[in-house]
Amino acid sequence: MTRFILNQQSICTNQPPGLPLLDFIRYQQHLKGTKIGCREGDCGACTVLVGSLENGHVTYRSVTSCLMPLANAGGKHIVTVEGLNLPELSPVQKAIVEENGTQCGFCTVGFVVSLSGFCISEKAPTVQKAIAAMDGNICRCTGYKSLERAAGKLVTNLQEKSAENAMRWLVENNFLPAYFPEIPQRLESLQAEEAAETVGIPEEKVAYYIAGGTDLLVQKPETVQLSAVKVLTRETGLKGISSDVGQIIIGGGTTVEELRQSPEMQAAFPELHQYVKLVSSTQIRNMGTVAGNFANASPIGDLTICFLALNATVFIRKNEHLRELPLRELYLGYKQLAKDPDEIIEKIAFDIPDANTHFNFEKVSKRTHLDIASVNSAIRLKTELNVIYEAHFSAGGVGPVPKYLNKTSAFLLGKEIEPATLKEASEILQTEIAPISDARGSETYKRLLLRQLFFAHFLKLFPETITAENLL
Amino acid sequence: MRNIDALNHVRGESVYLDDIPVRQGTLYAWVFSSPVAHGRILNLDLSEAEKMPGVVKIFTAQDIPGQNQIGGIIPDEPLLAESEVHFWGQPVAVLLAETELQARLASHKIQIEIEKLPVITEPRDAHKAGKLIMPPRTFTLGNTETAFAGCEYVFEGNAESGGQEHLYIETQGAYAYVKENGSFYVASSTQGPTAVQRHAAVVLGISMSKIEVDVMRLGGGFGGKEDQATPWAVMALLGTALTKRPVKLALHRPEDMRMTGKRHPYSSDFKIGFDKELRIQAYEVTFYQNAGAAADLSPAVLERTLFHCTNSYFIPNVKATAYSCKTNLPPNTAFRGFGGPQGMFVIESALAHAAEKLGLETWELQEKNLLKDGDEFPYGQITEGCEAQNCWQTAAEKYDLPKLREEIAAFNQQHKFLKKGLALMPICFGISFTKTAMNQSRALVHIYQDGSVGVSTGAVEMGQGVNTKMLQVAATVLGIDPNRIRIETTNTTRVANTSPSAASATADLNGKAVQMACEALRERLKLHIAIQLDLPENTPIEIQDEQVWVAGKTVELPWEKLVFSAYWSRISLSENAHYATPEIHFNPAIEKGHPFAYHVYGTALVTATVDCLRGTYEFDSVKIAHDFGSSMNTNVDLGQIEGGLVQGIGWMTLEELLFNPEGRLLSNALSTYKVPDIYAVPKEIAVHFMATQGIKLAIFGSKAVGEPPLMYGIGAYFALRNAIKAFRLEAVPRFSAPMTPEKVLLNLYPDFGT
Repeated sequence: MTRFILNQQSICTNQPPGLPLLDFIRYQQHLKGTKIGCREGDCGACTVLVGSLENGHVTYRSVTSCLMPLANAGGKHIVTVEGLNLPELSPVQKAIVEENGTQCGFCTVGFVVSLSGFCISEKAPTVQKAIAAMDGNICRCTGYKSLERAAGKLVTNLQEKSAENAMRWLVENNFLPAYFPEIPQRLESLQAEEAAETVGIPEEKVAYYIAGGTDLLVQKPETVQLSAVKVLTRETGLKGISSDVGQIIIGGGTTVEELRQSPEMQAAFPELHQYVKLVSSTQIRNMGTVAGNFANASPIGDLTICFLALNATVFIRKNEHLRELPLRELYLGYKQLAKDPDEIIEKIAFDIPDANTHFNFEKVSKRTHLDIASVNSAIRLKTELNVIYEAHFSAGGVGPVPKYLNKTSAFLLGKEIEPATLKEASEILQTEIAPISDARGSETYKRLLLRQLFFAHFLKLFPETITAENLL
Repeated sequence: MRNIDALNHVRGESVYLDDIPVRQGTLYAWVFSSPVAHGRILNLDLSEAEKMPGVVKIFTAQDIPGQNQIGGIIPDEPLLAESEVHFWGQPVAVLLAETELQARLASHKIQIEIEKLPVITEPRDAHKAGKLIMPPRTFTLGNTETAFAGCEYVFEGNAESGGQEHLYIETQGAYAYVKENGSFYVASSTQGPTAVQRHAAVVLGISMSKIEVDVMRLGGGFGGKEDQATPWAVMALLGTALTKRPVKLALHRPEDMRMTGKRHPYSSDFKIGFDKELRIQAYEVTFYQNAGAAADLSPAVLERTLFHCTNSYFIPNVKATAYSCKTNLPPNTAFRGFGGPQGMFVIESALAHAAEKLGLETWELQEKNLLKDGDEFPYGQITEGCEAQNCWQTAAEKYDLPKLREEIAAFNQQHKFLKKGLALMPICFGISFTKTAMNQSRALVHIYQDGSVGVSTGAVEMGQGVNTKMLQVAATVLGIDPNRIRIETTNTTRVANTSPSAASATADLNGKAVQMACEALRERLKLHIAIQLDLPENTPIEIQDEQVWVAGKTVELPWEKLVFSAYWSRISLSENAHYATPEIHFNPAIEKGHPFAYHVYGTALVTATVDCLRGTYEFDSVKIAHDFGSSMNTNVDLGQIEGGLVQGIGWMTLEELLFNPEGRLLSNALSTYKVPDIYAVPKEIAVHFMATQGIKLAIFGSKAVGEPPLMYGIGAYFALRNAIKAFRLEAVPRFSAPMTPEKVLLNLYPDFGT
């Protein structure tokens, strides 16, 4: 059974755990405000809010309900537009109406929900952040300018929002219906009910383990719906980010958004926000997990590429047995992993960057945001007096697996950072990649692009030493 | 006034096709389509699929009671493939099951054996092989041969523009059920309810009167649901006819992308000649249109390419020839601009090419050759009320073009690896269906006895705000509060023989009919007032603000009372009006006439910045001076400009349809086909509403606004091209749109790997 709260209503259902939440909302609950645009998380028309109980508070995040397995709604508060509607328009709805931010209207609810989520959760609202909250919503009619204007208006309204009692302020100011403040308590009792019943299926019968589901529900929607699926998102052992003896340790079930919010990660990577902004959309980052990105084995997984350059180690568990493996040894071939399907990536560890460490991530895709890379690349260098004494260089989209470039990394060791070295390295890297021509670009383009991104790493990290004119 | 649908949209209460509550016993359809692009069907085995749980019926071409034909202009397109398949994704069979998942799972069990035949995906290859949809057409003005001989400069080249997926966020769909006496109802997400009705009648072998088509609203259309909504509605109706149960068919995105046609890709050759003063003297152009596997609307699209082949310029000698080439892609179809943008891209390429050769800036050639009143278009219409130069000058002055150019030059001086490019994009777009007969419309207006009003027209609301404009017309003419008026669904039993909502002309055509119907009602009510109040003849009577005004003074006869009294006096409170655009005509035998009610003009300044290290780009600004006439709704019209522009930029930059040599669509999902997102749009879009001279054929003098702004997007291509040239002076990027980041980078570093 899956128990959750849908808007005001308590739900207890035995529908398949792998059923997309979207289908449950529209076709079982007949809430038709949430729309179907693509069923692959790329349009945002099906955006809903997921409220999670965290230390007595409920945190709301936007997700695309097409990619959320029903079981992941367990213990949560799911909010659709019907759960936001009041007799009068909310300030979000009003801003969109007043700025003419809706034309055909089909994508509109997704924008309303994304912006409502922003109003609930954002502590220091700015127009930029409001726009960022819509980064997973596609509109084919308006050209977005009217929606940007609506965001501007909304942020002005939000300046009054009280920090201490945000929920009460939001209810008093017509952003949310009056039932919202009762949700934390309702979720607590709901979770107590859940704890009382044994849930799940025996391990030996599990056909698929699902974390965020953001790829499995795209690739195998029918199979997931019809199979014995076990969700991992509620396993507390897979959560959390901590640091210990010079390492950062990340639970495999950590979402990309949790990664972005993490103080440990922010301290280690001052440009973290910039990198993460290039990864998918807000809705997907709220669901997709680190281990999911690794296990998915996409040759262009953004996180995988970053963690390869961080020389990360993965900890893989099967029942009581825990083993560790360098991430770069996880990939055997296209979508082939050095782990069994029932082995779970429990955590990831890597060295905390020190003062001599330089890290950079680059990604180029057809569309800069909410797109899969043509080529992405990360680098981590340790240098002293302009000499490299540790180098890890990775790239995606240039072969069947997320690629750790052994030869190029090795070549850089002991070298001084100067144009001739980098030019030579850029030729070596061509010898260890094997891109193919596909929808994301021709082979020539990918080879050229990786050279450019390789140079871009150094231009960004060592602007005093290296200029583009020296390289190109 | 704001869009009247906005209130329901933001609350999620607007009803689209998939939101209609289903009736008991509804079956769900799944379309099984061809897995190859061209071949002979040797065997189709449904037996395993039929045994799957929940499957009620699987039908094929053999089950069609009428004719297996849905071709709109040319009867060359079967609803379901018979012996041959002509494109990857061509519908072959339709499965009906108790649930959609059951139908879908069963579709995997269908066995099809196909003998593969050669696949053609490129229009020039089709032309070489003699595969044409129809004979070529040529528009001629003056004599290019003699004109070229006298030209000081002559340049030749070629240009290619890619297709474009409509990506309406609501996919295609229909919901059908049986009425009584052998008649049917279908709710369809279509821009052309009459097209659905007409083709369904042919396929079902029954009369049009037995099919009621109803359209509430569309979650986007952009031309993609003009003719291509038809097959799905007809399949739903056929399923209903065969099973007597309601049938719902709503395509999933990958199926929609695979099975439906898109904007036509074009490959073209041009030759352009100038005199000493750089006035264009002659232009020859040959268009190879990639029509796909059947005619669909390609002949009409082709025609509009010819109509707009000289864009906003006067050229005294023109010879434009167009071939509609039959390939093994899904039949390409209407898309905002309807062939016009493809024609304009070529003339803009020709000008850019000439400027490059002459060592000039393109704008110098553009400005010198803009249309003016009295100039003749290649199709014989004489320019009247021309705003081309006015728009250009207004844009240049209002947005300080000299300063903008200086700033860009200074920026490019300072930055080696960031370069800016500027392009000016003038547009000229003709308003009317080019098929003169289609320029007709009807409106049915009821005043109910409580004073409320219902308006039905042939216009389909798909986000363009046409319902809002219809309501404005009715409220203005009747002199009442807009809240009294309801705009009804578009329904073939209320308004028959409709033209599709297309050609930017929907508000003009249907608005004029609403205006006529409301005027007739108003005059009838005024006569009733005169009789009731026993007024002397010729007493001025007005109905304004819900009040009756006699000789400039209100009388105690509010609207509700007036209506009720008219009803009790047995006066008809309903009116049906018919409008046919006057003055227009076109003779295809000589390719001359006066096909357009009027033209819409404008000029955009487009500025882009290219990251010359990574090949990525952004658009800094697009600044537009647009000829609105007298806009009746600036909210709606601004939205059309901004949205159309961004769609045009998408077509020219990110949106890339990729077919492999076997004819399979590779960019078949939103993960591989990218439309602009909120970060991809220009940082600034400025729109200057030019109050230009009133056009009496535009509703309330408010010029059509749906399609023209899309063509400002062409400027995006040339802005990027100019930025590339700022990085590499000797660069001569091919005229090949879209300008993806890949093409940018390869043009910046052409020597890589050699």
